Amino acid sequence: MIRFESASKTYPDGTVAVDALDLVAPSGQITVLVGPSGCGKTTSLRMINRMIDATGGRILLDDQDVAKVEPAQLRRGIGYVIQHAGLFPHRTIIDNIASVPLMLGTSKKEARAGAMDLLDRVGLDQKFARRYPAQLSGGQQQRVGVARALAADPPVMLMDEPFSAVDPVVREQLQDEFLRLQSDLGKTIVFVTHDIDEAIKLGDQVAVLRVGGHLAQMATPAELLSNPVDDFVANFVGRDRGYRALGFEAVGQLPLEPEPTVSLESSFAEASKVATDGWVLVLDAGRHPQGWLAIADGPSAGSDSIDRGRLRRGGTVASVDGTYRAVLDAALSSPTGRGVVVGHDGTFAGTLNATQVVALIESRAGAAS
Amino acid sequence: MSLLHAVFATADSPSSASSSPWHFFGYFLDHRSQDLSWLWTHTWLSVVPVIVGLLIALPLGWLSRRYGWLYPPMVSITGLLYTIPSIALFVLVPPLLGLSSLDPLQVPIALTVYSVALLVRVVADGLASVPEEVNQAATAIGYGRARRLFAVELPVAVPVIAAGLRVATVSNVSMVAIAGTIGMSNLGQLFQIGKDLSTPTAYYPPIVLGIVLCVLLALVLDALIILATRLMTPWRRAVPAK
Repeated sequence: MIRFESASKTYPDGTVAVDALDLVAPSGQITVLVGPSGCGKTTSLRMINRMIDATGGRILLDDQDVAKVEPAQLRRGIGYVIQHAGLFPHRTIIDNIASVPLMLGTSKKEARAGAMDLLDRVGLDQKFARRYPAQLSGGQQQRVGVARALAADPPVMLMDEPFSAVDPVVREQLQDEFLRLQSDLGKTIVFVTHDIDEAIKLGDQVAVLRVGGHLAQMATPAELLSNPVDDFVANFVGRDRGYRALGFEAVGQLPLEPEPTVSLESSFAEASKVATDGWVLVLDAGRHPQGWLAIADGPSAGSDSIDRGRLRRGGTVASVDGTYRAVLDAALSSPTGRGVVVGHDGTFAGTLNATQVVALIESRAGAAS
Repeated sequence: MSLLHAVFATADSPSSASSSPWHFFGYFLDHRSQDLSWLWTHTWLSVVPVIVGLLIALPLGWLSRRYGWLYPPMVSITGLLYTIPSIALFVLVPPLLGLSSLDPLQVPIALTVYSVALLVRVVADGLASVPEEVNQAATAIGYGRARRLFAVELPVAVPVIAAGLRVATVSNVSMVAIAGTIGMSNLGQLFQIGKDLSTPTAYYPPIVLGIVLCVLLALVLDALIILATRLMTPWRRAVPAK
């Protein structure tokens, strides 16, 4: 557990970066510090491992005042991941990862073996081991950065905008894998970002800081979206927070409608027979939804079979235990207006349209009030 | 000028040898052991001051990087040293340091001063070339200041520092020759001999030989630094994989 007790940072010129911050980052959880630039989030993070020393108050790491621990010693027990990874360009990937264990006196052989395992853990092929950082993409470098921070198995990890410098697709992958990794490892994590969506996705709890280093609100993501404490937080959390808040609540029992389906192996003629309103849902042999077939598109030239390439795949697919947001999105994104819902094994379960989902949302709101 | 010259001048009667500049190789064969010994002293006089200069420049460069306000005066002052004409410095070193004239340390000391002048800036700029996030990462994972310097900053700065070493080494080769003209025994002697033998008629072979050997020496030393740099920086040739 990390506890800020009125921790402050005032620079010699009088600038206050962090103002009497009180905050607890519970063990085994992800605490996200989020806020606009100048809100002191990175300063707060760096006060934990003393890359910046607090000028007032104190910071306790498992009830030990960090100011009383020798900085280099302190840092070796805390994993740290920064934007752009900050890998050592002159060391191979494997030696980058092994940096901390080697410093702590682990034998080279052992440290490298551990580093190999970590490559797997962060989803990198072992063929990268002997390469240099310049040979990796930004996303791959960031995975190595995470592996390096994990190498000595520290109980605490500090992450400073680790996924900000990669493109949105890679960022989402990294976030998902980070969450998967954390569910295995259960580290105490303090994560800094300026991106409220990232904060809400990753945080077990989110601390919103305002400029000048004041804590505006500390809450779970769902509470932050549904109950921002003031205009600043409300504005920062963003416009479509009502919609995004739906992403935190599973619907429960879904009133699914049956839907006529055909298999990929069926002929176009069979498909047109079962279609309602000109559309039919196509499943593969394992009954996984493949896409919608528009009868109006006609059969593919010179063949009566269903052409995979002509299926409409735009719709998202929700799971039976999905959130309101996932189910509503499936309905809204479906070309037929009927959202596809699958069971836990990914097989087709039924459909649901937007009117039905909205009715569910409204009945939930009614029940809550 | 010296007894040595007199011996050479007589042994080397211009009448028996062509004075064509292209006969420098014949001249070399006739005076091989003397020329090779000069080449050898020339070599170590070129190299040792650069190494000593680097050892002095490392802490100075590190200081001017560590304390930003030191950088401008440090670079200006060391840069000014470079403007002292070399012949003047060679002459001034003995009285300033209480050495006798033609002391064997006179030239290496003067050349070390020049090397320091060049290398302080090179070291500071080399350390500045280390990406900030690399330094931060090193600090954040628990490297102390010294460990960070030797394990991360200096290795990453090698390409920049090596580029400075090449300049310092090659310019030392030419400055050592100047020390030859004031009587120190190195390839510069060949220029003095050539000058002495050129009265009354021009006699070029020793001069051309001196130029050729200096250029060859500079090329070889430069190549050695490039080779050593390549061996130390395999990571720089790592190209993005497809």
